[in-house]
Amino acid sequence: MRTHRFRTSLAAILFSLTGSLASSAAVAEGWSDTTLEEAKGQKVYFYAWGGEPRINAYIDWAAQEVEKRYGVSVEHVKVSETGAVVTQIIGEKTAGREDGGSVDLVWINGENFNTLKSQGLLAAPGWAQSLPNWTHVDVNGKPTVLSDFTVPTDGQEAPWGMAQLVFMYDTRVLAEPPRSLQAIKDLVKRQPGRFTYPQPPNFHGTTFLKQALINLIENPEKLSSPVDEATFDQDVAPLFAFLDELHPNLWRKGAVFPNNAAQMRLLLADGELDIAFTFNPSDASSAIANKELPNTIRTFVFEDGTLGNTHFVAIPFNSSAKQGAMVLANFLLSPEAQARKQDPAHWGDPTVLDVAGLEAADRAAFDKLDLGIATLSPAELGNTLPEPHPSWVTAIEKAWETRYGNS
Amino acid sequence: MHSAAASSGLKLASVSLSLGTRQLLTIDETIPQGCVLTLMGESGSGKSSLLDFIAGFLAPAFTAEGKIVLNGRDITDTPPQNRRTGLMFQSPLLFPHMTVLGNLLFALPAKGLTASQRRAEAEAALTEVGLEGLGERDPATLSGGQQTRAALMRLILAQPEALLLDEPFSSLDRARRQETRELVFSIARQRNLPVLLVTHDPEDAEAAGGSVITL
Amino acid sequence: MALWPKAIIIGLLAGPVVTGLVGTLVPAFGYLPALGSTEVSIAPFRAAFNAPGMLTSIGLSLGTGLAATALSLLIVILFTAGWLGAQIFSRISRFLAPLLAIPHAATAFALAFLIAPSGFLMRLFSPWATGFERPPDVLILNDPYGIAMTAGLVLKEVPFLFLMMLAALPQSRVLELTKVVTNLGYGRIKGFLCVVVPQIYPQIRLPIFAVLAYSTSVVDVAMILGPTTPPPLAPRILGWLFDPEPAIRFQASAAAILQIGVTGAAILVWVAGETVCKTLAEPMYRSGNRGPKDGLQRWLAVSFMTGSMIAVVGGFAVLGVWSFSDGWWFPELFPSAFGLDHWQSALKDNNGTILTTAVIAMVSAVPSLLLVVWLLEAHTRENAKPGPLLRGILFIPLLVPQVCFLFGLHVALVYLGLDGTWFAVALAHAVFVLPYVFLALTDPWDHLDPRFGRIAASLGASTQRIFWRIRLPLLLQPLLVALAIGLAVSVAQYLPTIVIGAGRVTTITTESLALASGGNRPALAVYALLQLVLPLFSFAVALMLPALVFRNRSAMRPASSF
Repeated sequence: MRTHRFRTSLAAILFSLTGSLASSAAVAEGWSDTTLEEAKGQKVYFYAWGGEPRINAYIDWAAQEVEKRYGVSVEHVKVSETGAVVTQIIGEKTAGREDGGSVDLVWINGENFNTLKSQGLLAAPGWAQSLPNWTHVDVNGKPTVLSDFTVPTDGQEAPWGMAQLVFMYDTRVLAEPPRSLQAIKDLVKRQPGRFTYPQPPNFHGTTFLKQALINLIENPEKLSSPVDEATFDQDVAPLFAFLDELHPNLWRKGAVFPNNAAQMRLLLADGELDIAFTFNPSDASSAIANKELPNTIRTFVFEDGTLGNTHFVAIPFNSSAKQGAMVLANFLLSPEAQARKQDPAHWGDPTVLDVAGLEAADRAAFDKLDLGIATLSPAELGNTLPEPHPSWVTAIEKAWETRYGNS
Repeated sequence: MHSAAASSGLKLASVSLSLGTRQLLTIDETIPQGCVLTLMGESGSGKSSLLDFIAGFLAPAFTAEGKIVLNGRDITDTPPQNRRTGLMFQSPLLFPHMTVLGNLLFALPAKGLTASQRRAEAEAALTEVGLEGLGERDPATLSGGQQTRAALMRLILAQPEALLLDEPFSSLDRARRQETRELVFSIARQRNLPVLLVTHDPEDAEAAGGSVITL
Repeated sequence: MALWPKAIIIGLLAGPVVTGLVGTLVPAFGYLPALGSTEVSIAPFRAAFNAPGMLTSIGLSLGTGLAATALSLLIVILFTAGWLGAQIFSRISRFLAPLLAIPHAATAFALAFLIAPSGFLMRLFSPWATGFERPPDVLILNDPYGIAMTAGLVLKEVPFLFLMMLAALPQSRVLELTKVVTNLGYGRIKGFLCVVVPQIYPQIRLPIFAVLAYSTSVVDVAMILGPTTPPPLAPRILGWLFDPEPAIRFQASAAAILQIGVTGAAILVWVAGETVCKTLAEPMYRSGNRGPKDGLQRWLAVSFMTGSMIAVVGGFAVLGVWSFSDGWWFPELFPSAFGLDHWQSALKDNNGTILTTAVIAMVSAVPSLLLVVWLLEAHTRENAKPGPLLRGILFIPLLVPQVCFLFGLHVALVYLGLDGTWFAVALAHAVFVLPYVFLALTDPWDHLDPRFGRIAASLGASTQRIFWRIRLPLLLQPLLVALAIGLAVSVAQYLPTIVIGAGRVTTITTESLALASGGNRPALAVYALLQLVLPLFSFAVALMLPALVFRNRSAMRPASSF
């Protein structure tokens, strides 16, 4: 293994010295009859955010099952920012490592996916749809499983879970939650210092900006296509007018922001904030069960709907265990794994599968889930709004930093 | 005495020491076996450096010329551990991590003795200087005079062919000094060792009884 | 004979640093073929400079770094001046060595848990004294001026500078000197400043520069306590390196080169400050003014010193309570329920995190110690001391900001196929461990009375025998302390572990920073405390083993001269 890797890296040096950018000739085939056999004995390094013990425990469970059933060993590499994994894959490309890469599977979506895809740093298209469990995926009901922030997935990533922006509030301090952006602004004016959002470019912070932009932009159609440089300032003017008004009344007057959604939830638990938000509709219930939130926390969404998207797993171009990674991705898509994932006792992350279309036994596993006291029913969750094109993310983040990053 | 074999004793043949371009001292003397040569002088006169030179520890900043011949062996370039020049400093410097007996056994050459024979020899050495029964003690618990005596016997057990004494009595109080001085000189005489004594104290020089050089 | 260890040490330290700097410098000028950029330009530098709030970031790095270093030094000098020889001085000096073992990140967590608006201090007084039923909206942590960050750095740098000071004191016969000046009627502090400081300052100058370099480029403490709008330069570079947008990588490399400039500028400012102090001090020596009334300064010095220690110890006590808590809501003074879950799952060590930490620490610290011993013994046999060049090289890894060369080094290790292995991580740790082991051992080694070796040699002992039977046993305690410091330095490494380990190698420290991005305080508290276990354990061994082995050797007890 080591000598093998050493030899390939020597070859890589030669490649880069001659300036050749010839990409690996090996094309990752999709699922085939021999995949399970080839996967046996492989070691899959699964790079996934590791800030949440509950999710870590779920991944641990999946790793053990895959090892037991298919002889594929899985190591969860806990990362704090998925951007770091992208950087690492780019670094390996820089060093000319065309195979034997360190990342075999990565938990990803949105901008990070778009970067890897557009740089050609992902395994060849089509493998996701070839997975045996793909048949259960709710392609019609959940169109974002095929279009990640409007970017077509082309089968280069397999859906793992659904996300919808959901707000949490403490019933001890708020009798009636603010069910619109305007209501939040009014509340914050009345009770200053008790609302904030994670600092962009954090994923959840940018999400809040996008949600606000969708609510405020004059022509929402524009968001489904790439940013138009010429009109960008004009397009986002209402957003920044809103933020200018909001910021003086934010937590710490907007001088400091939480790093991420988990820290924002912690501030809610401490009583520093009235409201926090999450992409996982049952996050509040799970956190209550885990004593990470007091049991007075409930959730709400905006009347006009909130942002929704899908998160995925993807295989980098130079993975040394592509078959093993597909076996893991396929297992993560199985009704069994998806039902356990949706259970707030384990994680509480909504499924990407078409539950109504499952066989009776599998459906029952979903039906008997207790989604928890603070979780809204699918009807209460209401509309999901589609994500804007990824180019908006970079543009808004930059505009935000220029305006507020230097207070 | 001088008629004894010309090759015996400690011979310093045209030795000169300098620090940089400054010459510190020159000496051309032979110390016969059983005799003491006393060296007196100001601090910085190079007396201690001369002892370092003879024992093989001269600091690199110094340069030395001349030869050191011990009982016919030219030891000028011999490694320190093969010179057999026993050094004693102002403080006894018993190794603090060993017992008193351990210090002595460290000095006693291996030479095919059994452990119990070695032990007996070391204990006999302690008895010779009135330290019987103190072998298993922590050196730090001995009085200053006792420590000096133990250090002396440590030196003797290593079977040196000459003694180099660097103000070994100055740390002792007057009463002990007298007593210890006599002990050291008598043991050196018994074993027929040439002694080079460096001191400030005219009484030391007087008690040594040999020739005196003042730098 | 000293050539070999010297060559190995220089290669081990300078090799990675130089390689890494080249690997950072090249993309800083826009050259990175894999990303399709082969044109050399200064565009990345322009981009870095034009980033919003860049000047504020640079100012923060300079300001917090200089302030933390100056404050730490001031506390250490005033405390030493005011209390040398007093009982509290020897008590505190014994206590500070283990404090040195605590990783920076853990100290920062402890401070945060203590002083945050929802922290323990606020709970202690709420609501009965403050009237707060919920935490007040006040800016304590992450303040835009970097005050909390500076405080966190001071907590950690005071023990380090204090130990460096303790190492320098014996060489200048401080006790006699202070007696002389006190006898002339000078106050303790004035006398110390006039007579002792000019002598010991040159000896602690390099360690001060190391503190300055560290403080101006620190990442983990800044992430926990520092400002965010904008952050100081180093965490900002890290953020850019993690940015998925490829163009930002060039900007990050340029900013990393800029970071070297910032650290260099801080050192220049410091050197200028030294000149000013020297000029101002000259008339002070000659004025005849004896400054006999220094009670207030002495009182302040001892309060800062004990205060900083109480803060650290108190903070860790709070971490301890959090680690066993199962629901602890503001303003409750104690958790409503306790549980062992987080300890149990951490100690099961399913991912081998604890084992990996220990193995990497041993593999980096033990060879480092052997190398340093080899070097010092070779020098002793040649009757020489490590020259200024070697000392300078040993300080390179402590003077060049980590963030500037680790990413370049990572690229080089990828070429060698070594990245992401625990061995490569241990090697990278050794780059930082070795200088500290050297610092810890070289003074005790030099202070060992050379006459012990001479006597042993004149008794006929071979150089080998002197080494094994005399020098090593006499230096047992310093050797073990140096090893403990080496282990502690390795355990504390964050940046080298995540960068060189390519995220695959998880240690207690990387795990605790990963958990810091989550929302589970008890889990974080468990790992912050685990960060202490290995270093404190090895310090305990270093203090107790010699005491046990030499229990009947009173001269082998640690010198109690201060």
